[in-house]
Formats: sequence, structure tokens, C-alpha cells
Amino acid sequence: MKRLVVLLAAAVALAGCGGDDGGSAAENGGTTGAKQSGELVVYSGREEELVEPLFERFEDETGIHVDVRYADSAELAATIAEEGDNSPADVFFAQDPGSLGAVDDQLTTLPQAVLDRVDEKFRDSGGRWVGTSGRARVIVFNTDDLTADEVPDSVFDLTDPKWKGKIGIAPTNASFQAFVTAMRLDAGEERTRQWLEDVMANDPKFYEKNTPVVEAVASGEIQVGLVNHYYLYLVEQEQPDAPIENKYLPGHDPGALVSVAGAGVLASAKHPDAAERFVEFLLADEQQRFYTEEAEEAEIPLVDGIPPKEGVPTLDELASRGPAVDLSSFGGELERTLELLNETGYTS
Amino acid sequence: MIRRRAGRGRAPLSLLLPACLTVALLLLPLAYLVVRASGGGGRGWRVLTRSNTLELIWSTGLLVAGVTLVSVTIGVSVAWLTTRTDLPGRRFWAVAAALPLVIPSYVAAFCLLGAFGPRGLLQQLLGVERLPEIYGYWGALAALTLSTYPYVLLLVSAALRGLDPALEEAGRGLGRTPLEVFRRVTLPALRPSIGAGALLVALYTLSDFGVVSLMRYDALTRAIYLQYKSLFDRTPAAVLALVLVVLTALVLWLESRWRRRVSRSGPGTARQARPQRLGRWRWPALAYCSAVVGAFLAVPATVLVYWLARGLDRAEMPWREAANSMTASSLAALAAVVAALPIALLATRYRTRLTALLERLSFAGNALPGIVIALSLVFFAANYASRLYQTLALLVFAYVVRFLPQALAGIESALASVNPRVEEAARALGRGPAAAALTVTVPLIRSGIFAGAALVFLSAMKELPATLLLRPIGFETLATEIWKLTSVGSYSRAAVPALVLIVVSAPFVYFLSSRHEPTEVEHG
Repeated sequence: MKRLVVLLAAAVALAGCGGDDGGSAAENGGTTGAKQSGELVVYSGREEELVEPLFERFEDETGIHVDVRYADSAELAATIAEEGDNSPADVFFAQDPGSLGAVDDQLTTLPQAVLDRVDEKFRDSGGRWVGTSGRARVIVFNTDDLTADEVPDSVFDLTDPKWKGKIGIAPTNASFQAFVTAMRLDAGEERTRQWLEDVMANDPKFYEKNTPVVEAVASGEIQVGLVNHYYLYLVEQEQPDAPIENKYLPGHDPGALVSVAGAGVLASAKHPDAAERFVEFLLADEQQRFYTEEAEEAEIPLVDGIPPKEGVPTLDELASRGPAVDLSSFGGELERTLELLNETGYTS
Repeated sequence: MIRRRAGRGRAPLSLLLPACLTVALLLLPLAYLVVRASGGGGRGWRVLTRSNTLELIWSTGLLVAGVTLVSVTIGVSVAWLTTRTDLPGRRFWAVAAALPLVIPSYVAAFCLLGAFGPRGLLQQLLGVERLPEIYGYWGALAALTLSTYPYVLLLVSAALRGLDPALEEAGRGLGRTPLEVFRRVTLPALRPSIGAGALLVALYTLSDFGVVSLMRYDALTRAIYLQYKSLFDRTPAAVLALVLVVLTALVLWLESRWRRRVSRSGPGTARQARPQRLGRWRWPALAYCSAVVGAFLAVPATVLVYWLARGLDRAEMPWREAANSMTASSLAALAAVVAALPIALLATRYRTRLTALLERLSFAGNALPGIVIALSLVFFAANYASRLYQTLALLVFAYVVRFLPQALAGIESALASVNPRVEEAARALGRGPAAAALTVTVPLIRSGIFAGAALVFLSAMKELPATLLLRPIGFETLATEIWKLTSVGSYSRAAVPALVLIVVSAPFVYFLSSRHEPTEVEHG
């Protein structure tokens, strides 16, 4: 037992000498008293690895210190809902329109000038949140097994029995559910149900998230996966030689949906000016170019005149093929989509 | 016998008050669930009548039963081999077999997938096209067993070391075979520690989300997360979580029935037991221990080191995260034993319906998934205690809610083997009940208290879902660091914080695996 006392003492000592940074960070977040005049609290459902440079730039440029809470978008939406008016958050920076839509009654209307930076299609119809970057649905495929021509031009062709056991899907993931919502709104309820049933007959493999789908395609476990376009670049970071490629569907197809990550300002924000400034900052040309030039995952800039990374189609090209749907209606449509996924056996 | 003898006195207020206060705080998540479940009108209850809710309960039950059975089998057998036989290198095996306790279960799942999954290490090594499917029940069973059987191993080993070997020797003297002695003498004496270990295993399995999600097994926790994730609807999630609470109650009931059948004799004297000679069973026993350690420690360690080697050039040492993890976990360990002590004393020394109920209620949060605990504390703290919200104190409190039963297990098992007459003597000499407990009982059971603290410390080091939502902003721990890197698929970089977590936790397992239950003789 003396050993344990020594251990605990060592742990405390270590914690003490390494804990300076942690301690001060704790003070920042723990108390409501602002240390500096311009402080800002952001809840980020976007991964730290991907967006941290944006926060650093904002701090450099404005001198406003930003405290970021990183977690899953949906969990943060649930957190904001539980916090109610007492939420410490000023800005909610989320992965998907669904998370933003879930708390839109707690968001305030953004200035028209900010909203107008992006096309109407990529923002809330009530002006409470705005898209900050786009992501396209693609079919990712294994280049050892298939050529781009062999990959179907439409998701509706995936019901062919030759794809049996070769399709990867993340049915519990928000991005797949948004895609099914788009299919329902675009191709109709019946056709969507039929598609889900036919694909199910093809024994698709289910994954928890998009990244594991792309990893499974890379490893040859499956041949094609229904995912967002930028996960390819994340997996390539880890496996530079992975035999994977994205196919952007050429025709009008729900599989060519373009969705967004976005941001909104909370009505209860304690630093509303800094919050608005931050959303504006995300839509400035320079930050939009970040997705083209620096970001590892190559999302699509939403502001006019800024091209996407090489190899990624432009927004105009994509938008002309994708389904005509209102992203801000997705929150309300999700319940029906989930029922359908449940009835067809995609989610338990 | 001890309990009955000790149960005569009336529970003193000085213990009842702190115990009631603690239990009331521990019940906050339950209160939150009831509020949420009843809030949605009839919507929440419709979830219950869906046909697949029954399937979920069934598949969850299957997993809990499987993991508990395998964990008890491995835990008890390795404990016996390393404490009661002349197994070569038994000290080494005792520590090595307990070490998987430091591996977070989600890391265990990642590692098993990396080793045995499609195009994993094994497949590359063998050069074969396909391996049997690891996803589903068996994968989940393997990963959860890995992270939970050490609970059984540690509790049973400690009990075995504190057990008077005279009984077993008598059995052998009467010409019984070793197996018969084990079955008829040793095993009955181990019932309480097996029960306590199995309880921790079963409740952990009920609450775990990481493994079932990575192994794609449909358990209740996965359905609860799904409700939060996609529907943003807190009502059905709350209803499903209440189903988990009912299952917890069922597990607790089973455990208390199992415990009731204990025939307890006095602790006797703990002395070094004369080891059972294994003879020609030596090699199979060695092979068995190597298989356990190989599968549950060497495999994950190999995968982590393999990933580390790939990402070493990009690695940063997470010192600050390690310090944060240890600060929060040490505070949680301290708070948990302080909170558990009155409850444990009441439940063992003043056993009445009320005190037994208090003890059982303190398990309420243990089987709930971390997200439910986190959201309930977000709700209460943000709206009713905003000064505490997003402070280290609230995070530590969340750990206590989740892991208090582990502190209880350590303390109660130690209390069971201290003769209450010692305390009665102190009372007779004029000490109050709380004073007697503090000055006499606590020093006697200090090894159990430290064991409970160490168990809580290890669990808090690994905790992820509540940490993510409740930590002070910018407070990064090893677990959140692993989450951050694996969520973008960067396993090679995630291997660094995972290995640091394992290395800083390992000494505590070493301590746990070498302790034994106290006896009066040792201290008297």
C-alpha cells in the first residue's frame, strides 16, 4: 500500500507540473466572467483536426479569444437544447443542416449581408443559420476492383444483383439520412422505399460512420460506398497509396446531393457581436479559400467565384445535377426518413 | 453470519445523512429521464411497443450474459492459478492478466478490428483472402470481455489471498481431488467476490456504447445514441434509457440472490497457502495463461505499437492531456471513496431494508450510457447550478455518478472480512458510530479503500462520452485526444495518447493485483 501512496503522490505531482495550461483553460471555460473584452464561445461539431486553423486565424485577425467545445454535432445540439437560455455558447458550428435545424428555435436571425454570401439553397429559409462549406454525395470505389465506368451512374443502379455484398453504407449517419431524405423529396416516397428494399436485398454492409466505409473500400472489404466526397482525402492522409477514388454522379440523381456544414448564432449569446463577426469571417473569401488550398479534406467553398480543390467539381456543376430540395426542411423531414429506414430494416 | 450479527444496531444519523445525500445526488440522472420520458406525451411510450424494442432487450441480454459468463470463467480460473498453485511465473501472470483493465473498451475494439478485421494485421500476415467475420456478437463479446474480466480477476484474487487456506487443506487432507476441493470449498467461499465482479462486468456491458457501435452489434445503448444522433428527440431516448435502468435492477436482483446463498465462515487467518502442485497440468495451465494474456494484452499492444510505428514522425507527446486526465481521475477517485464509505458501512454494518435500498440505488447511474449521464447533468447544472456548469467539479461529479459502485465493491469486500466486534469494542469505549468508523474501521479496511479508489481512477481515465460534454472548455484529456484523432481516422496518431494512457494507468493495476483482503490478525 505504501506503493500506492507513492503512486498517487507521483500522479498528483505530475498533474501539478503539467497542469498549468489545463488549469488556466479550465478557468476560462469554467467561469462566466470574461477575461478579455472580446471573448467568444463556439460549440463545434466539426472536428478539431479539420477546423482548428480557422479559429486560430480568427484569433490572430481580430484579437478575440475563442473558446471551442468540440463534440459530435448531434450531441452538441442536444446539449444546447438542454441548456436552454443558459447556454454558454455564442455560436453553433455544425456538421449538418439537421443539427442546426434541431435547435433553430434557439438561434437568432443572421444579417442579410451575411446570408447573401451564399446561394439560397445553402442556408436556412428563415435566415437562422448559413452554410459555410459544401459536401457532395459520391460513390467511392476501389480502383483495384473497378474502373470509373464500371461504377454506376446513378444510385438507382445499385439495386442490380451484381453489387450483392459489395456496397457499404452508414445508415445511422446523418449524411446518409440526409441523402435518403433528398431521395424521398425528389423521387417520391414509393420509389425510395423500393430502392431501400432492393438495396437491402443486395446485402449491403453497414458501418457507423463515413470514414470506416471509405476504409473498407480501400481495404477491398467492399467495392463501393455511399459517402460524402471529402472522407477520401482523410483516409488518404493515413494510407497514401489506398486504391480509392470518388465518382461524382453525372446525371440528375439524389446521389448527387450537395449538403452543407453551417453555423448559427444563439439568441442567448453573451457575445453577440463577436459571434456575428465569426460567422461573417467564415464566409469571407480568404476563409472560403482555405477549403481549396489548405484544408486536408477539400470541402467545397460556397461563396461565388472561389473554385474548389482540383479534382472536385464546382458548385455550379454539382448543383445542376443534384436533387431540387430545401436543406432547411431536412430537420422536419427527418422523422419520416427515420421511420422509413426503420421499417426497411436499416436502423434497428 | 457477520452481517446478521452486525445488523443489530440502529443506523446512526451521522452515517445516514451523508449516505442519503449522496444517493439523492446519484439519482439525478434518473429524475432527468423520468422528466424527459413523460414530457413527450404518448410519443415516448410508443417506442416501447415497437417490435424491435423487445429484440433490442433480447440482444442486450444475450451480450450481458455472454460477457459475464466468459469474464467470470477467465477471471476465476486465472485468479486461482496465480494465487493457489505452483504455476511458474505466477506473479508475472497475475499482473499481466490484469493489465487489460487499462485499455479503454473502444480502443480494445479498434485494436481487435485492426488485428482480426478485414485486411487487418492477421490477414496480411497469413496472406489469406478472407477471415471469419469479427463484427457482431462475437466481436463485441471479445472486446467487452477484454476490458471487463480483470474486475473479476482482481476481486477474486484479493479474496483468495485473504482466505484462510486451512479449509482447503482440510479438504485435501480428507482425500478430495483438487477439483473437488475447488468446487466444494473454495468456490462457495468466493461467492461474494465473484458476485461483486460479475456485477461490475454486467453493468459495464449494459452501459457501453463504444464497442457495440464499432462492432455493429444492436444493443440498447446503440439505439439510445441513434435517437439522439438522428432524431434529436430526447423522449424516445429517455424511454429506452429507462429500459436500461429496469435491466440494471434485474441484474442487481440476480446478484443479491446469488449472494444470499453464501455460507460465510469467519475470515480465519490469512497466511500463505501451500500451493497446489499442478504436476503434469503445469503446461496446459501455462498455455492457458499465455493464451489469455496473448489475446487480451499482447494483441492490442501489438496493434497499437504497429500504428505508432507508422505515425511516429507526426507524433506529439500528450503531456498536458495526461496531466488533465490524472487530475480529474484522482479527484474522482477521492470523491468516490468518500461518498461510498457511509453507504458501504451502512449496508454491511447496519443492514436494514432502508440501508440495503440505499446501497442498491447508488447503482442507478452505473448502467446508463455516458451520454445520458452527461445530458442530465447538463440539464440540471446549466439551469439550476450555473456556477458549477462546465467546471472540473461537475466533471468529477459525473465520474462519481458513473463509477461509485466500483468504490463500493472495493470497500464492501474489505468490510466483509473485518470482524465488527473490533468496532463494537470502540463503541463500548465511548466512541460515536462515525468516530468509531473513522478511527477503527477505516484504517482496517484501508487496502479495500485504496482498491476502490484505484478502480474508479482507472475507469475515469478511460471515460469519454461524459467527458466530452461536461469538461471545462479547452480541458483535453487522453480519452478526448484519442476520440479527436480516431474520429478523423488518424489511428497512427491516436496510438500515442492510447499508449500513454496505458502506461500511466499500469502501475495502479500492479498495485491492485498484489493486494489482499485484510484480516484482524494481520493488523492485530
